[in-house]
Amino acid sequence: MELTIGHFLVVGAILFTLGVFGIFMNRKNVIIILMSIELILLAVNLNLVAFSAFLGNITGQIYALMVLTVAAAEAAIGLAILVVYFRNRGTIAVEDINMMKG
Amino acid sequence: MSVVTAFFYLFSFVAIASSVMVISSRNPVHSVLFLILAFVNAAGLFLILGAEFLAMILVIVYVGAVAVLFLFVVMMLDVNFAELRQGFLQYLPIGALIAGIFLLELLLVLGTWSIAPHLIATPATAAFTPPDISNTRAIGRVLYTKYLFYFQISGFILLTAMIGAIVLTLRHKSGVRRQNVMAQNARSRKTAIEVKQVTSGQGV
Repeated sequence: MELTIGHFLVVGAILFTLGVFGIFMNRKNVIIILMSIELILLAVNLNLVAFSAFLGNITGQIYALMVLTVAAAEAAIGLAILVVYFRNRGTIAVEDINMMKG
Repeated sequence: MSVVTAFFYLFSFVAIASSVMVISSRNPVHSVLFLILAFVNAAGLFLILGAEFLAMILVIVYVGAVAVLFLFVVMMLDVNFAELRQGFLQYLPIGALIAGIFLLELLLVLGTWSIAPHLIATPATAAFTPPDISNTRAIGRVLYTKYLFYFQISGFILLTAMIGAIVLTLRHKSGVRRQNVMAQNARSRKTAIEVKQVTSGQGV
């Protein structure tokens, strides 16, 4: 059986859905939510690379590189905010993040 | 079934299974380790697709940097994670419903879709990759010429993220003696040295 682009897109779709599902399931744990976002970005990357490979066009891989960059920056900033928040409040529960509420 | 197809199913099955473990594991350390496994298997899928450079970058950047960062943070925070898991089952029905609808929509889109033949890159297209050059060379050819602006922008994004993370987490403890460059530079010979006339036999 020959591998088609559909195989890779289905894997990407499943990974993306698992990421969205993870955000819904772990509503309280910010760390797991950040990991779910990483999963979503990975699924996006898989889609971009699959299209790039099957269309013979390298642009998709350049896009995937940019997504990778932004994902790394996002993880660094997100975890830094998390650490600062934990230092100030002693918890990372999402429900307690309401200090800016008027 | 060819070897490539078998490896595709192996990589994708392990990637999906470890993603399930990422979002359902009790211990966040296990979640991070399963995230690493998912990324390694995704790198395998990239290899199957012929994107060797991105596969290696994925391993280096994600497994080497991002996942280790997650691991540091998880181990640094002294949080009762069992408490945070309360309500996991409460959100299960609505989450499963939304995820199911979403997956169904995505699969329906995939099922009724096909590539228009004129979209497949030919030698006339701008970003066509000749089959005889390696993947890394092909990326390098366009990354530093056609996409130079995007490359520099991503460098600035990383710089901003680095400065932001340092500024956010830097702590100034009171009571630590630090170098004060301005005070050092403001010293002159007059303020630094005091000349005293000591009469002999009496001391200062």
